[in-house]
Amino acid sequence: MSGFFAILRRELTLSLRSQGDVMTVIAFFAIAAALFAFGVGPELNVQSRIASGVVWTTALLAAMLSLERLFALDYEDGTLDQLVLSGVEPVAMVFAKTIAHWLTTGMALLIAAPVVAMALQLPAQAYGALMISLLLGTPTLSLLGAVGAALTLGAKRGGVLLSLLLLPLYIPILIFGAAAVEGAILGVASTTPYAVLGGLLIAALTLCPWTAASALRHALE
Amino acid sequence: MHKFANPTFFMKIANAVFPYAAGLSALCFAVGIPIALVFSPPDYQQSETVRIMYVHVPAAWMGSMVYGVMAVSSAVYLIWRHTIAHIIARASAPIGAMFTGLCLVTGMLWGQPMWGTFWVWDARLTSMLILFFLYLGYIALGDSFEDQERGDKAAALLALVGSVNLPIIHFSVEWWNTLHQPAIRSFAGFSINAAMLWPLLLMVFAFQTYYVAVLIIRLRSELLSAKIRTARFNLAAAE
Repeated sequence: MSGFFAILRRELTLSLRSQGDVMTVIAFFAIAAALFAFGVGPELNVQSRIASGVVWTTALLAAMLSLERLFALDYEDGTLDQLVLSGVEPVAMVFAKTIAHWLTTGMALLIAAPVVAMALQLPAQAYGALMISLLLGTPTLSLLGAVGAALTLGAKRGGVLLSLLLLPLYIPILIFGAAAVEGAILGVASTTPYAVLGGLLIAALTLCPWTAASALRHALE
Repeated sequence: MHKFANPTFFMKIANAVFPYAAGLSALCFAVGIPIALVFSPPDYQQSETVRIMYVHVPAAWMGSMVYGVMAVSSAVYLIWRHTIAHIIARASAPIGAMFTGLCLVTGMLWGQPMWGTFWVWDARLTSMLILFFLYLGYIALGDSFEDQERGDKAAALLALVGSVNLPIIHFSVEWWNTLHQPAIRSFAGFSINAAMLWPLLLMVFAFQTYYVAVLIIRLRSELLSAKIRTARFNLAAAE
C-alpha cells in the first residue's frame, strides 16, 4: 500500500508542478466545444439542442489526450521497471496512476463543463444531470484508458492506435452520459442512465486495473 | 490438449479437414444461393428484399462467432502459452472483420428500402459497428510492435477485453426496444417459416464451412511465414 500512496503523491506532484498538463486538457475541451459552435452556426436553438452531446463528446476526447503519456514517459526512462523491481504490485501502480489521471483530467473537466455548457446554451434544468453523469462517467474513461495505454505501450503508432482501440469502448459511456442530460432537458427522471453509468463504473473498477496490470507485465518482460 | 499445440500434428489434422470443409462450403453455396436468392418464397411484408437476409443473418452470426473463437483462443494463448491458439486468433481476425463488414453493408442495403434509411443508431447496429472496430483495433495492435511476441500478447488481451461486447450484441434486441428485427433463434425455437428457415440454415452452414476452409489456408501461410522467419534467422546466424 505504501507504494500506492507514494506513486499517487508522485503523480499528483508532477502534474501540479507542471500546470501545463491540466491547463492543456481544459483548453482543448473549450476549443473543441467552440469548434462545434462555429460548425453549426450561431443559431441558439440549434446549439442548445446539441449542447449535451457536444459537452460529452469533447470531454471524452479531452480525457483521451493525456492517456498516451499515462505510462509512456515512465516506460521510456525505465521508472516502470524500477517500480516493479522494487516490489510495487503492478495493480497498485495502475490504480495510483489511474486515480491521478482522473484527478487531473476528469476533475478538471467537471470544473470546466458548466462553463462550456453555458457557452453552448444548455438549458438550466440539465446542469445537475450533466455534473452527475460526468462524475459517474469520467472515472470509467480513465480506467478503460489505462487498459488502452498499457496495451499500446511501446507501439509504433501509439496515439492513433490508442484512439482506434478506445473510442469504440467509450461509445456506451457517451450514449448513457448524453442520455442522462437529454432526459433532464426533457424533464424525465434519469435513473436508468445513472444506473447504467454506475454499473459500467463498477465493472470497470473490478476488471480494468487487473487487465492493465497484466498488459504492463507483458510490456516489461 | 497439449498434443494439438504441436504445429506439425495440428496442421496434419487441419490439412485432412480442409478438403471436406472447402467441398461442403462450395456445395452448400452452390445449392443455397439459388434457393435463397431465386426459389425461396418472397416475404408477405418485405417481398423480394427478404432475400438480403440469407446473406445478412449468416454474416452477422459469423461476425460474432469468429470473435468468440478469437476470444477463447486468446485466453488459451495467454493462460497456457499455446502459440497455435494465438495463430488461430490472428488468422481469424481478418475473416471475422470481413463477415462483420458484410453484415453491416447488407444491413444498410436492406435498411434503405425497408426502414427508409441506410443507418439508424439503434443498439444492435451500434454494437455491431463496435465489433467491426474491435476487429480493426485487434489487427492494428498486433502489427504495431517491433517485438512480435509483445504484439501477440497485447492483441490477445484486447480480444478478451472486447469480448464484453458479444453478450451486448446478442441481447441488444431484447434489452432495448429498437428498430432492428428481434432474433430469429431463441430458446423457444425459430420464429421463421420453414420455407425460409431451411435455405437460411443452409447458408449459415455454407458460411461456417467457408470460415473453416479459409482459416486453414491462412493458418498454413502463417506457419510457413514463421518457418521462413526462423530460417532467415538461422541463415543470418550462420553467416
